[in-house]
Amino acid sequence: MSAKRMNLREKYQRMTRDLAWKPSYQSEDDIFPQAKYEGIIIHDWDKWEDPFRLTVDAYWKYQAEKERKLYAIIEAFAQNNAQLNVTDARYINALKLFLTGVTPLEYAAHRGFAMSGRNFPGAGPQVSSQFQSIDELRHAQTQIHTISHYNKYFNGFHDWRHMHDRVWYLSVPKSFFDDAMSAGPFEFVTAISFSFEYVLTNLLFMPFMSGAAYNDDMATVTFGFSAQSDESRHMTLGLEVIKFMLEQDERNVPIVQKWIDKWFWRGYRLLALVSMMMDYMLPKRVMSWQEAWEMYFEENGGALFEDLARYGIRMPKYWEVSVKEKNRLSHEVWSVFYNYGHAAAIHTWMPDENEMAWLSEKYPETFDKYYRPRFDHWHKHQKKNGRWYNNTLPMLCQTCQIPMAFTEPDDPTQICYRSSDYEGMQYHFCSDGCKDIFDDEPEKFVQAWLPVHQIYQGNCGGASVPEVLEWYHLKHGQDNLEYLDSQDRANWLRWKGLTEKAEAVLQKAANE
Amino acid sequence: MSIEIKTTSIEPLRHTFSNVAARLGVDKPASRYQEATFDLQPTVNFHYRPTWDPDFELFDERRTAIRMQDWYTFRDPRQFYYGTWTITRSRQQEVAERNFGFVEKRNLLDTVSKEGKAKAAEILLPLRHLEYAANLNNCYITAYGSGTAITQATSFNAIDRLGIAQYLSRLGLLLDGNSGQALDQAKQDWMQSGHWQPLRELAETTLVTKDWFELYVAQNVVLDGLLYPLIYERFDAAMAPEAGSTFSMLMEFQNEWYADTTRWVDATIKTAVAESDQNREQIASWTHDWMQRCSAALGPVADRALGENQGAAVLDELRDALAQRLEKKAGLSL
Ligand SMILES: [Fe+2]
Ligand SMILES: [Fe+2]
Repeated sequence: MSAKRMNLREKYQRMTRDLAWKPSYQSEDDIFPQAKYEGIIIHDWDKWEDPFRLTVDAYWKYQAEKERKLYAIIEAFAQNNAQLNVTDARYINALKLFLTGVTPLEYAAHRGFAMSGRNFPGAGPQVSSQFQSIDELRHAQTQIHTISHYNKYFNGFHDWRHMHDRVWYLSVPKSFFDDAMSAGPFEFVTAISFSFEYVLTNLLFMPFMSGAAYNDDMATVTFGFSAQSDESRHMTLGLEVIKFMLEQDERNVPIVQKWIDKWFWRGYRLLALVSMMMDYMLPKRVMSWQEAWEMYFEENGGALFEDLARYGIRMPKYWEVSVKEKNRLSHEVWSVFYNYGHAAAIHTWMPDENEMAWLSEKYPETFDKYYRPRFDHWHKHQKKNGRWYNNTLPMLCQTCQIPMAFTEPDDPTQICYRSSDYEGMQYHFCSDGCKDIFDDEPEKFVQAWLPVHQIYQGNCGGASVPEVLEWYHLKHGQDNLEYLDSQDRANWLRWKGLTEKAEAVLQKAANE
Repeated sequence: MSIEIKTTSIEPLRHTFSNVAARLGVDKPASRYQEATFDLQPTVNFHYRPTWDPDFELFDERRTAIRMQDWYTFRDPRQFYYGTWTITRSRQQEVAERNFGFVEKRNLLDTVSKEGKAKAAEILLPLRHLEYAANLNNCYITAYGSGTAITQATSFNAIDRLGIAQYLSRLGLLLDGNSGQALDQAKQDWMQSGHWQPLRELAETTLVTKDWFELYVAQNVVLDGLLYPLIYERFDAAMAPEAGSTFSMLMEFQNEWYADTTRWVDATIKTAVAESDQNREQIASWTHDWMQRCSAALGPVADRALGENQGAAVLDELRDALAQRLEKKAGLSL
């Protein structure tokens, strides 16, 4: 018998959707109870175009190959103590932010895509979601394994999982993903696959991975590139989901637009943490936040939304505000972290003279005018009276949970405050974007686990800073405070053979 | 300035993460499996109740009747995290690839009688739909289960089941020369033929089972525990006189897969049962209940596979064997 040739599409069809059947003993609504409640109308799941046609055996083959290579490099990195090759120990703080802030999100994505992989009624989107789910577990685990070596030599990493659920700034990424996962499958995939992975991913991965490359962290570069090859599949899923919903029924358009608006702003606020990493935490800088925003959002994003205009989709609401903020964002956020550096699991510091010059050059309209004077003041204070920390707890935005430090879109000298009343209570926001998100679903956002409120309510180990730090599992004098006086720096100097300088750092820290 | 690095002075400050050290009782180097597993799933301070299930937290231990002091008491004896899982499966898929290639190249299916091929198609191909249900069921447990120790293994299992459904589909395409007729016929049988309906009804019942641990028992312990020996041992043996080892080769993946998966399933049940009498009774009652349902649903298929009126006796044996296995390997007596 001579076998007929089958094209790839037909074969893939046989290998995936043809497996599903129309149930008759149970109702489809009982098997897929989340399919309709978000209001998205799907007429024909068979119209779903598989964004990538990958069978399981091929998946195992490719992925195993990548895993073998990746672990060989991680192994060699550890053997050679290659952490000593990075540009400067300050760089390690970017990795601390990554492990405590991003790795838990990879894990959340793993579980979230398992949810959508079970809840979408079509086999096409089920399988795409399931592959992404397992990829995200890969990302979480390869990151843990890579950074495990850094944890052995530097502070701040040691209880990343515990911290993610408690520490004030880590509630920003945590609440972002909790928000997406507590929504239905369509909103989840719009939030994560489209708004985050498709529109904004370059602004998360590029800064961390190029940052690692520029600062000679070969281990992170390796897991980054290895993950990137999965990412291209995930991005095509993001675009397919959007197009599918928009093509199925025009009543879906306003719902999708609302989600794009919401998740653009949620994602953009989350990236505020990345902006400070780019401009302040990399000893060797890749590009400024402003340059990255122009390239990856204004140019690439602009082209994407032009393409989506034929479906009736416009640019996300308040994108203009993100453009107005681009030359202030990172400075405002780093200032917050400098203020609260005693309660953070990263070290903070003031940029040195060269770095200040770089910031002036990259931000000619704003840096010298608004931020340099503030930094000079803190610098002087540190020299004369020791490092200054802010001991009053900040007010947090009810939606994005970042301290209220962003300024008015048209006035960089005025802090932006917005508020809404709901059931007799007043809620505060950092921006119109965050206020709109609350106003659309107040019953959801009043539930937010706001770290500062929680401290006031006595849910975080006590009312004093030491009690809260203990509850965070944050080791005072090791994980937090000023970089210049840190154990990390002293160790680094010692490992680099600069023993006397190291002694001086330890001495100074002991006296304080 | 050139800097001399004295490597001898580079001593680690700690050997593993704090949560891992706390579980090991001491700060010592931990395995990749341990670091990739412990405490990954958040348990506290969730921000919003899920809009799809507002009575529960996003992750909530109350989604099952099983209670554990610590969900990380569970261990996967295979120590699968993503890396070890993919590497293991990639080796097994290489063997499967070679087997399919060998059967194709040597035209081994031509040596099997028409009736033999028809029998294989009739019994094996509808099972791809059952594997698809197994995929969704393990995906459900991955989504709503408690503790990465269990949910990562079920996420691997979900993908494995899709892989098995695809191997069965390939077998179908090999049988019908890529026309798809055999797969279409099998789907029609699955939807309409009387002897498949009890099994399809059972599959649909698992798809609406809400307690994820009960679903684990129904799918991974009982249904698999009866189906895999029935098909991949008994039916395979019954085919041997007709087909030699041709079908065994094309089903080798399933056989190997079932062997490693069983070790993990037994370990999981053993841990849950050892935790408390309440768990033990609950799991025993679920197992008993699903034993009845699954063997009833498999009866007509067993008859078709092994010959009229053979099914009931074989299923009795397989039920006994499964009960013995659970008693011996998992400490569960029914
Ligand atoms: Fe990822
Ligand atoms: Fe906000």
